[in-house]
Amino acid sequence: MSIPSNVLTDLQSRSEAMTTAETSAARRLLWSVRREIWENRSIYLAPLAVAALFLVGFFVSLVRLPASMRAASALAPIQRQAAIEQPYVLAAIMLMAISILVAVFYSVDALYGERRDRSILFWKSMPVSDRTTVLAKASIPILVLPLVTFAVTVATQFVMLLTSSAILAASGMSVGALWRDVPFFEISGIHLSHIVGFHGIWWAPLYGWLLLASAWAKRAPFLWATLPPVAIGAVEKIAFGTSHFGLFLQDHFLGGPVTGGSGGGMSMDMLGEGPWGRFLLDPGLYVGLAVTAVFLLVAVWLRRSRGPI
Amino acid sequence: MAYIEARGLRKTYGATVALDGIDLQVEDGRILGLIGPNGAGKTTALNAIVGLTSYDGQLRVLGRDPWTDRARLMRDVTFMADVAVLPRWARVSQMLDYVAGVHPRFDRAKAEAFLAKTSIRPSSKVRELSKGMVTQLHLALVMAIDARLLVLDEPTLGLDLLYRKQFYDSLLSDYFEQSRTVVVATHQVDEVQHVLTDIVFLDRGRIVFRRSMEEVEARFHEVAVHPDRLAAARALHPIHEREGFGRGVLLFEGVDRNQLAALGDVRTPSVADLFVAILSSRGGQVEGATR
Repeated sequence: MSIPSNVLTDLQSRSEAMTTAETSAARRLLWSVRREIWENRSIYLAPLAVAALFLVGFFVSLVRLPASMRAASALAPIQRQAAIEQPYVLAAIMLMAISILVAVFYSVDALYGERRDRSILFWKSMPVSDRTTVLAKASIPILVLPLVTFAVTVATQFVMLLTSSAILAASGMSVGALWRDVPFFEISGIHLSHIVGFHGIWWAPLYGWLLLASAWAKRAPFLWATLPPVAIGAVEKIAFGTSHFGLFLQDHFLGGPVTGGSGGGMSMDMLGEGPWGRFLLDPGLYVGLAVTAVFLLVAVWLRRSRGPI
Repeated sequence: MAYIEARGLRKTYGATVALDGIDLQVEDGRILGLIGPNGAGKTTALNAIVGLTSYDGQLRVLGRDPWTDRARLMRDVTFMADVAVLPRWARVSQMLDYVAGVHPRFDRAKAEAFLAKTSIRPSSKVRELSKGMVTQLHLALVMAIDARLLVLDEPTLGLDLLYRKQFYDSLLSDYFEQSRTVVVATHQVDEVQHVLTDIVFLDRGRIVFRRSMEEVEARFHEVAVHPDRLAAARALHPIHEREGFGRGVLLFEGVDRNQLAALGDVRTPSVADLFVAILSSRGGQVEGATR
């Protein structure tokens, strides 16, 4: 005898109820990240706007491209490459700058804004832990924003290369020189390590600190984020006449293995030699990630006990 | 098993005592009204129940410690604070997506059906909605969650009469469909009293009165006394006396209804009248919980 179909559907709906009664931790994290992007559309709009503005300017400059290529070909190889790749470097720098700006403002507001507008009462009425929420918020400046910036940068440079090639071909000039001096895939690899590795993961302690200040402050989170480091530096200067703390911060955040310890200057060749290897071997990375973890744990603890302000 | 079990629940903020040793039990299927003046500790008590604040003493909600286990607890408990807590930047469709994404017991179709009866469109942003509509949206989200316990903190604060009435009507019809357990804190007593099965009066961090509505109806009577029988009525030790329509209105506890009928018109007091009587009879003195 066969089982009546209504029993089957009943069993099926029960088992469905059993499985849907659990949402996985990964799913809750993913939705938490998604809601951050909904709320903070500048995460993708700001890089896109900068890219669009830059491209408008670049398209206008294309009129002069055949002439400047001709002029550059007379230079020595190193200067020639520097001249030809200059707009591509500029595009990358502008996108990195806007991305850092967005990341800093995002982090300072992330755990403060939800308390100020009382929406924390809604978020906390959902079965999402404080740990998941803080992790989702930390992933924005550390991973999401760098990846978005990387994608926009590479796409922008690709559009630049294509349009330049078209202009050069139309005026009967060689396209090969352009692609030789602006090696697209090599540059993309460098961007990946610089934007995601350096501005995201290497700078993670900075964003961890900003999130901690954001979770702590009852008002003026930006002051809470900036005053303690400044105070430490000032006290050190007054007490010992030294600047180790400030130099240490400068060294860590502006030096580091990916920029070759050069203090923030970034030409693309400088980053060229196996940045991921040096990056992953540097103990500074792991110390930084450990410090980030401590900052975020404190932020989790603060979010648990803090209500709306 | 009691859904909520509190013993000696205390919460202090510095020198301020918000909750001064509360014992509370809420059983499955009850609708408890937590009623008290501003600053009585209602919000603190509810915050402790839904894991938003730490506390001293013992508290179990559905067998869990809400402070250490909030995220897990919120699969079975839904919480609505006063109106303006939905994120203003969000679209209605995003709220539905998000709750469906993180909440295992959310029935999206049910929420959409509820919203279809309102003028709220899925593409609207929360910031564009009126206060009443935001509450409707929140209610739609909350009602579509198959939770065992619903906690409401002044859910209709700042709403006009129409929305307040709709709110409690929706709540009530849903209650009879699902048989939920509800704790609602409010000082708009009149609107909730027909919904409640139990009432607790809270004053300055303490429970000063706790009865089921059946007990209230059986034990408490309010009499509009004929002026010439006032002395006889007072001899029966009313717990409160007020003026109403030119007559003395006396509130009695545990006095036989037939005996009172001889003195004037007898009715069951409203929760609001009872609240005023109980709190003023304490003369501001904070005493232990009555049983």
